Amino acid sequence: MSVKLTSRQVGDVSVVDVAGRITLGEGSTALRDALRDMVSKNHKKILLNLSEVSYIDSSGIGELVSGFTSVTNSGGQLKLLGLTKRVKDLLQITKLYTVFDVHEDESSAIRSFA
Amino acid sequence: MSNHSRHEAETVERSLDSTLESVDYAEEITMGLAKRAGFNEDDLSKIGMAVRESMVNAVVHGNRYNANKKVRFSVSKDAESLTVRIVDEGEGFDVESVPDPLAPENLFRNSGRGIFLIRSFMDDFRVRRLEPGGMEVTLIKHTVSK
Repeated sequence: MSVKLTSRQVGDVSVVDVAGRITLGEGSTALRDALRDMVSKNHKKILLNLSEVSYIDSSGIGELVSGFTSVTNSGGQLKLLGLTKRVKDLLQITKLYTVFDVHEDESSAIRSFA
Repeated sequence: MSNHSRHEAETVERSLDSTLESVDYAEEITMGLAKRAGFNEDDLSKIGMAVRESMVNAVVHGNRYNANKKVRFSVSKDAESLTVRIVDEGEGFDVESVPDPLAPENLFRNSGRGIFLIRSFMDDFRVRRLEPGGMEVTLIKHTVSK
């Protein structure tokens, strides 16, 4: 499996559960398409649940940054949930960890959008 | 794992197509040797990602997915280190001209972090422009920190 994305709605927050690998090719393209689709449908509160992401490469990081910029520019918010150690380390080393609003618990992440 | 297999020298060499499948393959082969060399999980993760980023550079930026161009890949281990060598047939690039991805003005770029990650994760990273064309990158990770 490369990557699997599933969307669900919790109140007015769109939660995207991402599982698998976000790498150049199928994985990063799927993430880009999902976020573009949400922006085009005017979703303003997006929570990316990355707790089942086993691997992310520089292309995947690029898609996270690109998605963040795109959602922010459209007047919305993109937040991250449940980073694995691997993903957290990568965001820290690339100085992006503090750019994103990162949460460990879904309930508090949902509340933080209010 | 016995010390014998850990210290036993081993080399794999392949000529690979310029495809993303080759990126996966090179990472998989490297991880096999790195595990047998005795690297821990954290190092394995770093080595895998460094090889993936280097292969992507060769396939995407070097050979530009050209079906007529190959990527020469080799990985070897001995008692002291793991060495990966990747050679493409592209036009080459000046590694020093790659913008710093940590600079505030580059932080929100959606690309340009590969070389930085490779340098961060490996003990040694060398780049050499070949004549008449192509780039050779060499990645080294020591089995014992120096």
